[in-house]
Amino acid sequence: MKKNSNISVLFKGLLLENPVFVLVLGTCPTLATTQTVIGAFAMGIAAMVVLICSNVVISLLRKVIPDTVRIPCYIVIIAGFVTIVQMFMHAYLPELYELLGVYLALITVNCIILGRAEMFASKNSVAKSALDGVGMGLGFTLALLAMATLREVFGSGSFAGMEIPFLKDHTVDILTQAPGGLLVYGLLIFAVTAITQGRAPKKTSFGCEGCPSAGNCSACAEKEEN
Amino acid sequence: MESKLHISVSPHIRSKRNTRNIMLDVILSLLPATAAGIVLFGGSAVAVVVTCIAAAVLSEGFFNLIIKKEQTVNDLSAVVTGLLLALNLPANIPLWQAVIGSVFAIVIVKCFFGGIGCNVVNPAITGRVFMLIAFGSMAQAAFPVDSASAATPLVELSQGNVPDLLELFLGKNGGAIGETSVLALLIGGIYLLARGVISWHLPVAYIGTVFLFTLAVQGDLTVTLAYIFSGGLFIGAIFMATDYVTSPSTPAGKLIFGIGAGVITVLIRLWGNYPEGVSFAILLMNILNPFIEKWTPRKLFGGKKA
Repeated sequence: MKKNSNISVLFKGLLLENPVFVLVLGTCPTLATTQTVIGAFAMGIAAMVVLICSNVVISLLRKVIPDTVRIPCYIVIIAGFVTIVQMFMHAYLPELYELLGVYLALITVNCIILGRAEMFASKNSVAKSALDGVGMGLGFTLALLAMATLREVFGSGSFAGMEIPFLKDHTVDILTQAPGGLLVYGLLIFAVTAITQGRAPKKTSFGCEGCPSAGNCSACAEKEEN
Repeated sequence: MESKLHISVSPHIRSKRNTRNIMLDVILSLLPATAAGIVLFGGSAVAVVVTCIAAAVLSEGFFNLIIKKEQTVNDLSAVVTGLLLALNLPANIPLWQAVIGSVFAIVIVKCFFGGIGCNVVNPAITGRVFMLIAFGSMAQAAFPVDSASAATPLVELSQGNVPDLLELFLGKNGGAIGETSVLALLIGGIYLLARGVISWHLPVAYIGTVFLFTLAVQGDLTVTLAYIFSGGLFIGAIFMATDYVTSPSTPAGKLIFGIGAGVITVLIRLWGNYPEGVSFAILLMNILNPFIEKWTPRKLFGGKKA
């Protein structure tokens, strides 16, 4: 598989560069919205829509946006799409809107979206950026679903609100609370690392390009001096 | 020809003590408390003890098998963890919960960090705290000896009733399997002291601090003694806090650890949401242990004064 072929761009987000379990981005919504499968699914889809749209627009504008003010520009674009999604959900899916609450607005500062804008959309063609958005969005959604499934099935004894006969009398309450979320998160990172051992990109291979504060940290300043 | 002169690096004197026979001593010292628990709570206590030990040993064995690590089941430390965890559970706990707690203690707390000697916190204590948060029903940790005394002494104390001191000392009250009988725990503690497995510093500092702090707040000797004899203070101070891996190695460090744990215990008992604070106190001090070790460095033999 070629490194930057369309297929690899689409599928790398699912496992090899899974935004949640490998890149460890967007941990806040990951921990906060995975108590229930429905909430996790809604969060994943909402973030995916924003991610695809913002990737496309940022890729379109990549030659227009000046390098020095790119982060504010990205945030404005992302916030615009988040507002659209938020109003849409408020109008047509009020229950989900209530369920996600503040975390819907917080998609704006979701590191996955900003990270993909910085790492990918600002350097690649529109089509590739859209594919990257789909792949990363699916990876995020799948990761949330995996966590939510474990937490809801064993923590509340139900799946997407449907009660499971045996498990509902044998719940492990801690899984629905914050420590349980971190516990499940850690175990899933462990599982994904075990599966992708050696194939996942090493952290250093991103270098300064993948760093959200690229060019503004002390490490980069040192590099420039040399 | 084999030379009779062996040249080797230190240590040159080896004692016969190893992990296995220290663990054996700990198991022996826990037998009185286990026996007391079985006498007081009956057959269900046996079931919990057997389940916890089996789950702990099997999970350690399987984990080492899966990750192809040297088998460490023979050092008996998993048996100690399972037994200690069981003694900290109420006898009426559902057995599947006991299994989950034991597996958590062994696999997540101990094996993930590198096995015996590498765990950051005491597996049995962490297993208990995990179960306390994981299963709401554990929070009461109550098991009625007779139908009249459903609440644990600490709950009764917080309501202003002072239980009979002699009954508390012998263990005729509600609570976890192994924590109620102070007499049995003391016998085990004295055995450990006599065998040199533990030193007196940590338990004495811990129980002493709880005693003085409670006395200062409550101002009544009988009430204070009732506080000392109830809950998990003795099993915690003698058996859990003195774990080699997660407690300081110098006498001064042990005193600091004991005093710190004592203060936290009383704070949680008298002002916290939970009726008992021993397991949280030991867990917190476990986490602070590396810092205590840093503050109280061991003096090197023949070294210069610092």
